[in-house]
Amino acid sequence: MTKNRASKLRKATERRILVLDGATGTAVQARNLSEADFRGERFIKNRVDLAGNNDVLSLTRPDVVRDIHKAYLAAGADIVETNTFTATSISQADYGLPEIAREINLRAAMIAKEATAEAEGEDPTKPRFVAGVVGPTNKTASISPEVDDPAFRDVTFEDLRLSYGEAVAGLLDGGVDILMVETVFDTLNAKAALFAIDEVFERRGDRVPIMISGTITDRSGRTLSGQTTEAFWNSVRHARPFSIGLNCALGPEDLRQYIADMGAVADCLVTAHPNAGLPNAFGGYDETPRAMAAHIGEWARSGLVNVVGGCCGTTPEHIGAIAKAIDGVAPRALPVISRRMRLSGLEPFELPA
Amino acid sequence: MSVLPARFVNIGERTNVTGSAGFKRMILDDDYNAALLVARDQVENGAQILDVNMDEGMLNGVVAITRFLNLIGSEPDICRIPVMVDSSDWSVIEAGLRCLQGKPIANSISLKDGEELFLEKARIIQRYGAAMVVMAFDEEGQAETAERKVAITTRAYRLLVDGVGYPPEDIIFDPNVFAIATGIPEHDDYGRAFIEATREIRRTLPHVQVSGGVSNLSFSFRGNEPVRQAIHAVFLYHAIPAGLSMAIVNAGRLPVYDDIPVELRERAEDAVLNLRPDAGERLLEVAEKYRDPAEGVQRDPAWRKGDVKDRIVHALVHGIADHVVDDTEEARQVADRPLDVIEGPLMDGMQVVGDLFGSGRMFLPQVVKSARVMKRAVAHLEPFMDADRAGSPTKRKGAGKIVIATVKGDVHDIGKNIVSVVLRCNDYEVIDLGVMVPASDILDRAETEGADIIGLSGLITPSLEEMRRVAREMQRRGLDLPLLIGGATTSKLHTAVKIATEYVGPVTHVTDASRAVGVVRTLLSPTARDGFLVDQHGEHQKLRAAARRGSPAVTRLTLAEARENAAQIDWRDHQTPPPSFLGVRNLMDISITDLEARIDWRPFFQTWELAGRFPDLLYDSDVGVAARQLFEDANAMLSVLKQDTRVAPSAVFGFWPAKCDGDDIRLFSDAKRERPLDVIHTLRQQRRHSQSDRPNLALADFIAPAGDHVGCFTVTAGSGIELLAAEHETGGDDYGAILVKALGDRLAEAAAEWLHERIRREYWGYVPNEDFTNEDLIAERYRGIRPAPGYPACPDHTEKRTIFRLLDVEKTIGVMLTESCAMRPASSVSGYYFAHTDARYFGLGRIGPDQLADYALRKGWSIEEAAHWLAANLDDDASVIDATLVPASGDGVT
Repeated sequence: MTKNRASKLRKATERRILVLDGATGTAVQARNLSEADFRGERFIKNRVDLAGNNDVLSLTRPDVVRDIHKAYLAAGADIVETNTFTATSISQADYGLPEIAREINLRAAMIAKEATAEAEGEDPTKPRFVAGVVGPTNKTASISPEVDDPAFRDVTFEDLRLSYGEAVAGLLDGGVDILMVETVFDTLNAKAALFAIDEVFERRGDRVPIMISGTITDRSGRTLSGQTTEAFWNSVRHARPFSIGLNCALGPEDLRQYIADMGAVADCLVTAHPNAGLPNAFGGYDETPRAMAAHIGEWARSGLVNVVGGCCGTTPEHIGAIAKAIDGVAPRALPVISRRMRLSGLEPFELPA
Repeated sequence: MSVLPARFVNIGERTNVTGSAGFKRMILDDDYNAALLVARDQVENGAQILDVNMDEGMLNGVVAITRFLNLIGSEPDICRIPVMVDSSDWSVIEAGLRCLQGKPIANSISLKDGEELFLEKARIIQRYGAAMVVMAFDEEGQAETAERKVAITTRAYRLLVDGVGYPPEDIIFDPNVFAIATGIPEHDDYGRAFIEATREIRRTLPHVQVSGGVSNLSFSFRGNEPVRQAIHAVFLYHAIPAGLSMAIVNAGRLPVYDDIPVELRERAEDAVLNLRPDAGERLLEVAEKYRDPAEGVQRDPAWRKGDVKDRIVHALVHGIADHVVDDTEEARQVADRPLDVIEGPLMDGMQVVGDLFGSGRMFLPQVVKSARVMKRAVAHLEPFMDADRAGSPTKRKGAGKIVIATVKGDVHDIGKNIVSVVLRCNDYEVIDLGVMVPASDILDRAETEGADIIGLSGLITPSLEEMRRVAREMQRRGLDLPLLIGGATTSKLHTAVKIATEYVGPVTHVTDASRAVGVVRTLLSPTARDGFLVDQHGEHQKLRAAARRGSPAVTRLTLAEARENAAQIDWRDHQTPPPSFLGVRNLMDISITDLEARIDWRPFFQTWELAGRFPDLLYDSDVGVAARQLFEDANAMLSVLKQDTRVAPSAVFGFWPAKCDGDDIRLFSDAKRERPLDVIHTLRQQRRHSQSDRPNLALADFIAPAGDHVGCFTVTAGSGIELLAAEHETGGDDYGAILVKALGDRLAEAAAEWLHERIRREYWGYVPNEDFTNEDLIAERYRGIRPAPGYPACPDHTEKRTIFRLLDVEKTIGVMLTESCAMRPASSVSGYYFAHTDARYFGLGRIGPDQLADYALRKGWSIEEAAHWLAANLDDDASVIDATLVPASGDGVT
């Protein structure tokens, strides 16, 4: 990313609350694609079914991915997220395709960049950005999947570091403006991603802003791996992120208090992109664009957020409503946090000055 | 914690192998559950940061810290606080940082190796998202004075903060705590220097923290805890106001400053602050007075606090026999019947042992130790059960009954004994008939007992033929129970081709003791058995077909061709001097101390199925703990052997004038080689070598046709080994018994090695100046060989009879030969000495019918007799394939 785009982004955040896009999975589902769409010509012989592997669409149905980005941009999103939530060799191994991880990231980045370039062409006064998504993978580095062997790990820091390094290099080669480590349910996975990102930055001699977004999995207020919001912040703030926030799992009503907690401790931008409520009995999401926008509009007016958007179940309609709700509201002001040694386990620990 | 100001950070320091002997023992013993309790205890007692250190020579630090931190990661009560990853080994620090989702502290790095490495490590620590401890240590060494402590930390600060933008709030400086009151005047100022440096660092370097390893300070008073704690309390009383923000110290044990007896406090203060030149001496003067009289009394380990069932299970899993009789008695008193104790906690424990063993988390020596504990517990219960039976007759029905024996003619039983123990552990009734058991005895007993399975063991090649006999006999008697085959020379191939073809019932080769349980369980399982047998049948068919296809007739030379290609030795260069004497000598009571250093431990660990290079396997991440414990037990047992006068290794050896005559070596009783004494028959390789310059060897090639010398020897660890082993067995200690026998084998081998060196240096004396290390010796870097009949270069076991005749072995050192030519006692080695520079070990491989006929003629045998003794080297026989793979080391025992 050129210095120019980074400063454009910063400038934009100083003036207003930015809007992220919404769900990709929901949008893909709505298009009722067949197994043949996912496979395309290229993976016709793949031994594992690919339906549900949304990320592979960047290779086999780039038109679908581009349309989704365009719909969100049209709805008013400032930042679109690449279709790369499971585009690591670790996650793609489930589909027998670990070797295409880098390629997916590269192509997904290019598709998103094409879409934002087009939108900027249509309205040069409104810059649009691409956030390269770095997902959590389907494994956890700090939880044992074996009940009777708590020391066992399905994936190690090193496995993750290598896999993430490959994905991130692909995203950067494709020209993303931002990297977004999101849906963090195990902070150790995220730390491996941040480690890999720093290595890739060093190798390329260039950095882009990093957004980090964790996931509070239930009303206990902790991540799946057990950390509180503040402990999570202490664990990742060494990456000097452009923003920290929370996404997924909870709907806006339940998420609010943790967004507020985060905003109190983090001296960077705060993001929030909740689900459209909690999943209903059929796995769908019920919160209407209007109801969701009402919540997020209130957060904005309360000075809790800098960037907002939607996660599972949200649609361009939701994003359009949210964009409208925050229009003209001042972004959260960054707090001044004293310099202290702040450590964490599952809980934060601050040393006296 | 109330004794320290709230702003002082309490670091839990008991999870540190360098600081806590108890924790170290738990980790070395692989008792991570107990280690976790220590961590939990620390957190519950108010630790705010948990220091974890695995720096111990006997540990693989990377593996240990990974395992421990992963375990902690699964305990929310423990991992709620941050961890301090404490190691002097960078790879261990990195391994630790890779396990922690929180923000930890890396402890420590320094300028010791220069700025570049220092900054690189700092950069990596930052990338891991950790804070770090920086020691006051630079290229010149550790800072001792206040000035140097400040100078080094200031330099580090500038490099980190101004140079690379490292956040200063993530830095903790450790200005080095050293021992005071050591008697060396330069050390007197260490306490004061630390406190002064701390004050200056906090004043001039913004946002940093200061920490120190306080316990170093009182190192001179180790063993006197009250004085040590007083010194620590006094030190902290002054250092905390100066800016010490944390310390690795057991704060829970610190006395309140005001509660320290005034005399002790003042003298400690003088020493800590270096207030008078004689402060150290004055503290020493009063130190004894404050020693805790109860110190040194061992407290019960944590596991002793559990309920009786848990204690029994723990004792079984960890092989601890000390309390098991008491615990068993306690369990019996609350049980309805004594049998319930066996079927309850004891079987539960053995189930855990079986599961751990089955999943590769326990190893053979540990299981055998568990069995010892079990045996002791059962022995305690037996009288009560007898009394109980009088009222209501009950007999435990186990999982199955196995009759097991070492076959006729063979005396080797270590493997068989291990299998028995392991099977018994798994609730099988094992009837062990011992060694040299004729087929009829084995089968009679199996029939009268109604056995479910018969197991045969043997080590020497003639035992393979004996096993076939047993199989034939089972067929003749019309039995159908499964037959298990095990032992060093047995193989799946030989079992398939030679034994399974003699008997229609199931015949299964068991590769090692750890497999025995699985095989027996399958064979006795009504559901698993059929599938297993179908698979095995298919596999046997394949092996038989492969054996037929693999017939190497085409690649073999005729005997005449092979003799044409004998080794061409230039005898003009032959510089071997004659031996220092001719005839026979013996050495009685060889000192075990002399043999110890010659022990080749690798085969010892192989006996216990602990594979790997010695000594590396002692530190292996999987088997290391088991291997170290076994090694300790073995060395303790060696000490017992040394003290037992019945254990007396001895040797007999001799040299004779000889000359080569074709493939035979003729021995003479006179130097002119006119009066024939005896003949050593050797066999010649017949395989067609791919490289044409390789000769087809026979041992006779190493003896000059014009006149030469040859030696023979027999060494034994002695009958005391078997006596001692029998005593252990009678006492219910199978572990000890197997240990004694396995050591006996090693001692016999060591004696052979030791004697060979003396032969080379003095008795034959062809290399008077040889100087090799034990490793060189094991690697056989010396000149001359000592091949043993029954091993690859000379597989005919009957040639031992010649050696025994020449040396009168039975009379001199009491070793006998069985009808299969196994030596008894089993811990014995016999063989030849060849001194020529070109002499080397080799494997005979398969021979053709021409050599078989020729050899029969030379030995005065029928072809059948020759075929019986050389079965392993004839076509269509499987075992030869294995035999040629055995390194040609000429061992007698293995």
